Amino acid sequence: MAGLTKQGVAGFLAKQGILVAFVVFMIVFTLANPRFIDIDNISGVVRSSAILGVMALGVTFVVIGGNLDLSVGSMMSFSTIVVLDLHDKIGPALAIPAMFALTLCLGAFIGILVGYLKLNSLIVTLGMLSAIHGLTLTWSGGKNMDIADKEGTWFAVFGQGSILGIPTPILLFALVAAVLGIVLSKTPFGRKIYAVGGNGTAATFSGVPRARVVFLTYLVSSLCVAIAGLMQASRSLGSQNTVGQGMELEVLAAVILGGASLLGGSGTIFKTVIGVLILGFIQNGLLLVGLPFYVQYVVTWVIIILAVWLDIAAKRGRLLSPIA
Amino acid sequence: MTKETLFKQGAIWAFIAVELAFFTIAGDFLSTSDKSFMDFDNMLLLLKQSAPIGIIAVGMTIIMINGNIDLSVGAVFALAAVVMLDSMTWPFMAALGDWAIPLAWLFALTTGMVLGAINGFIVWKTGVDAFIVTLGSMLGYRGLVFMYNGEQPTSHLNWTLVDFAEAQFLGLHTATWFFLVCVLVLWLVMTRTVHGRNAYAIGNNREAAVNAGIKVGPHILLNFVIIGFLAALSAVVFYSESGSVNPNDGMLYELWAITAVVLGGTKLMGGYGSIISTLGGVIAIQLLRKGLGHIGADTETVNLVIGLILIAVLILDRQLNQKGKQELRT
Repeated sequence: MAGLTKQGVAGFLAKQGILVAFVVFMIVFTLANPRFIDIDNISGVVRSSAILGVMALGVTFVVIGGNLDLSVGSMMSFSTIVVLDLHDKIGPALAIPAMFALTLCLGAFIGILVGYLKLNSLIVTLGMLSAIHGLTLTWSGGKNMDIADKEGTWFAVFGQGSILGIPTPILLFALVAAVLGIVLSKTPFGRKIYAVGGNGTAATFSGVPRARVVFLTYLVSSLCVAIAGLMQASRSLGSQNTVGQGMELEVLAAVILGGASLLGGSGTIFKTVIGVLILGFIQNGLLLVGLPFYVQYVVTWVIIILAVWLDIAAKRGRLLSPIA
Repeated sequence: MTKETLFKQGAIWAFIAVELAFFTIAGDFLSTSDKSFMDFDNMLLLLKQSAPIGIIAVGMTIIMINGNIDLSVGAVFALAAVVMLDSMTWPFMAALGDWAIPLAWLFALTTGMVLGAINGFIVWKTGVDAFIVTLGSMLGYRGLVFMYNGEQPTSHLNWTLVDFAEAQFLGLHTATWFFLVCVLVLWLVMTRTVHGRNAYAIGNNREAAVNAGIKVGPHILLNFVIIGFLAALSAVVFYSESGSVNPNDGMLYELWAITAVVLGGTKLMGGYGSIISTLGGVIAIQLLRKGLGHIGADTETVNLVIGLILIAVLILDRQLNQKGKQELRT
């Protein structure tokens, strides 16, 4: 009986460990500084995590499908620059759909390469990281992009506005998370992604169109990037060419922290949201107790390794790897 | 050597030859300078400029042959540079005069090896995928760089060191020599030693390697120590000349190094690849950078071209492999 309970506890920790860690973490930081749990502070954290969060939601689809996407950072720079540039040329109402179309084209291109041509996703998206960065620089001529009339445009609503007192970025993040969460858990398409990522060969034999599913995961990812780019552009109304640089790995860190396996077939939208929030609150909590921003890097390192290690250890039933 | 491996290993050098021919001819029409692209000094400079990424890429090759990956090299590079430049200002080091230089190098290289060993040890003992381990330490080591000296650049110019770094021996720059020696030594290690042979075996089929009685863990650990050492060596070579490091230096170096390695034909899955081909990959990328500049293309297009070439190589490689498999069947 005692063994059973122990197993139950271990099983629960293995499954929901990240959630438990999150709660413990929040309690510790609240004890250290009560301002941490303040509603304004929480809203601030969620708001500043929203852009990274939306990108992480899309990458969750790709990762569950058994692939990687390292191109989201430079793709986000691209969509930000494009929408800012077009804003002054053709007006915001046309600039937004145009930017979405272009970003989706990039996603479709990657989707064709990885899905239909079955190329290694790590290298393809690594190549696209570089290629899209080049594309962005060519588009902008290497200059910073700014909206001329920053006061007179409604474009700022996506990054700076709020509806019913809730900041728009939070609403967008919640909306995208809700929609993608339902798509992933309640639709045939969602189930097919798990099937393809879990065992691609078996999925193919059971009639799941593997190529198309992978293609669609990249389309979802680029859609999320477009939304993130819109939020970024709208928040700052001006941008450097490198605004998303390095975000691909932070996004991946959030997804992994949420418990998605890089081998594919596991992970959920809810857990990715938790992963994103953990990263955001770590940053905020460490700042609140008076530590400089870069301490979060070290803490994130330790947390990522511990999270994945404990996950693996629970699955194999022993702490250390059996390899000699 | 079979015809196929000869073809595969020759491909990158053929690509370099095409690049040289293209930029030389196109340069005659498009270049604004009257110097030819194949100018000897220009080529020497090219080798020198490829050294920092090249030295890291050599290490990345053995990691990838071994079936792992290291995303933390850029951060290791920065931390080693900070340690080297900062250590020369320590009081007891200042008293040593120029003898401080080898000691500072030793500190930097040790830093690199320790950081590499931490990665390797975690990969070995926890069984967590190297991609995740080094993704984490990429952040963590970068954090250590910042913690060392805040957001300030770390600077220390030592003129003896600068002279050494800028010297030319038999025509080649110091950095080039370091690069070439790394290539030679690691090529010998991978082709002539037990460690090299086992690294290929582990990358090719880890399970089979375990069954064959190969101690997988120590080999993985050793490879991570080597790449840590090389990332630090790359920093030593580069910052001896420049004398100042920003906490953000070396970012995205991991991606450039991986690009060069893949361009050279090394497989991400492990078990296949060669140090010499990586040398080709590094030179090909640097040639592309310089060449596009030479014919007056915007520097912005370099990223675009390199990215597309990487993808093209992948498609080509797949076509060739499929053809090979079909020939086997018939």
